Amino acid sequence: MNAGATLMSPLRLQVHDRFASLGELYGALRGIRTFEQSLLDLFGKGVLAGTTHTCLGQEATAVGVVAALDRDRDIIFSNHRGHGHFLAYCGEVERLYLEVMGHPSGVCAGRGGSQHLYWRNFYSNGIQGGIVPVTTGMALAEKIKGSGAIATVFLGDGTLGQGAVYEALNIAALWSLPVMFVVDDNAYAQSTPRDLQLAGSMRTRFEAFGIRVDERTTTDVQVVLAAACDVADAVRRHTRPGALVIHNYRLGPHSKGDDTRDPAEIQDAWTREPLGVVAAKLPADEVARLDADVDAIVKQARTRALALALGEGAHQ
Amino acid sequence: MTETYLSSLNAGLHRAMQSDPRVHFLGEDILDPYGGAFKVAKGLSTAFPDRVWPTPISEAAITGVAVGLAMRGMRPVAEMMFGDFLTLAADQLINHAAKFPWMFNGGVTMPLVVRAPMGARRGYGATHSQSLEKHFLGVPGLWVVAPSVAGDPGALIEQSIGLDEPVLFIESKTCYARSLVSCPDGMTREAFATSEAPFETVRFRWKVAEPDGVMCCYGGMTPVALDAIRVLAASEGLRLDLVVFAQLSPTPVSHLQWMLASAPGVCAIVEESSVMAGWSSEWIAAITLSEAPPLGAPRRFVRVGSRHEPIGSGKQIEHRTLPQVEDLVAAVVSEF
Repeated sequence: MNAGATLMSPLRLQVHDRFASLGELYGALRGIRTFEQSLLDLFGKGVLAGTTHTCLGQEATAVGVVAALDRDRDIIFSNHRGHGHFLAYCGEVERLYLEVMGHPSGVCAGRGGSQHLYWRNFYSNGIQGGIVPVTTGMALAEKIKGSGAIATVFLGDGTLGQGAVYEALNIAALWSLPVMFVVDDNAYAQSTPRDLQLAGSMRTRFEAFGIRVDERTTTDVQVVLAAACDVADAVRRHTRPGALVIHNYRLGPHSKGDDTRDPAEIQDAWTREPLGVVAAKLPADEVARLDADVDAIVKQARTRALALALGEGAHQ
Repeated sequence: MTETYLSSLNAGLHRAMQSDPRVHFLGEDILDPYGGAFKVAKGLSTAFPDRVWPTPISEAAITGVAVGLAMRGMRPVAEMMFGDFLTLAADQLINHAAKFPWMFNGGVTMPLVVRAPMGARRGYGATHSQSLEKHFLGVPGLWVVAPSVAGDPGALIEQSIGLDEPVLFIESKTCYARSLVSCPDGMTREAFATSEAPFETVRFRWKVAEPDGVMCCYGGMTPVALDAIRVLAASEGLRLDLVVFAQLSPTPVSHLQWMLASAPGVCAIVEESSVMAGWSSEWIAAITLSEAPPLGAPRRFVRVGSRHEPIGSGKQIEHRTLPQVEDLVAAVVSEF
């Protein structure tokens, strides 16, 4: 464990594996959504400083992929937009608030902040592309140890511009390493739409190295989960790399307040947002109960973290 | 002594891999019988076939894969064929290897060694002859270490592999074939290390009560400096002790007192890089700002490096750019 000062029973969201019920999956999506929205709120009010990159709209990719993994041994390497992956992995919402607030009881005692997290087998870094060869090396270590673990690395559409990614794909395929490459395509690399920065297709980039690709255009966590299970299981069974490309959409700004996209486009994407997709398949009263229960945990975590980080009585 | 810089390094790597099954070796063209461009890896793939990984030409991924191996329990040694190619690995060294242990609050260790041969004097031209290590000095979390013929390169590589922190290990192409120097005639040898600066500095001392000064160097400049101090003694009657560093970064300031003991006067700092914003600049600052007199001012400093220009391929052009024995001698003599 690496958290700084000891925290008394930090609040956690529930985490789920591939056998979770639809309601449980919805709760996981809701926890991420509420947390990310509250961060933007806190930054907007000037309570938090620094930078952050929320994953609004991409919750299904986070929950679906992480639920397919073996939480006891599998490795995840995430990026600057990693809160959803982190919360889906371990649920440590109070510690994450504290980390973003720079507090010694945060995930990395305040040293890492939003973009640089470490918790058990979860890592994240704020440099595009560089984490891909690192994760490939981690997979090599696990193969050497015979642990049966697989290593998952999250890329964005923009990450595919980075040369080190292709070096890693080549080596992963050449040495038959248990890496799952997940492209969480949210249609924009910061302010740049995909078609302005990506030539050719995402799929054929992986196929060029002989890496199997599963590709979905979806905001449905069940679709993501099923595909992720297929890919992850094949990676584990055959000890060879696999790729999962999920085309979804970033509903929030790249970081904070820097959104110059057409509001009509964003509004249209909201009609397909992940929570709504699942809510439509659940009884309304169950959704309302899940909303209330999950929001209560997130809100309480936020209140406690603020009190600890900013002093007793501080509230927002 | 028949041991060479290369044979010492090779033996050290063999010992390290023999004694610890977690040590893995990665690089380009390292499989036997080739054994690496400079043969430092010779025999490793035969002796340890499951732990030697020949790679594509992918310096960023070679280093990144090594970072990942290190984070998950292995002790990787990655070879860059030429130190000039370290620029391709810079992101992995600076933004990944050097940062993860600190950012992740001690949750991961990084027992990584990246080896890279630097240096000119072979006519390889501007992109295969540089001494780029100065651009990697002063990165928090990254050790920079350089073996020399005055030390024990094999012991140094073992020490580096044994550290749980990332080490950039700077070798010298022209030193590979050279014999190690136990001690020049007429001099004595001392070595010094501290717990905070554990890579040993060597000092060759003239057998006089007080020398005329010290000359400081590391790595590939050591043979040049050894010749220079001999010429200075024989032809100019000037005796400068020679201090040869292994630890370049962090600056081993805890060695300062010992290094300059009984040697007031001239301090000549010589390097193969150009002097701008580099190793000699750092030492002059460290000595000048040091708290313990008489280490600080007033002291006469001299520094010698390459001309501030790319390194040409033609023999005469290269010779003119690089610091030669006569340049070191002239620089010291000008202070007397």
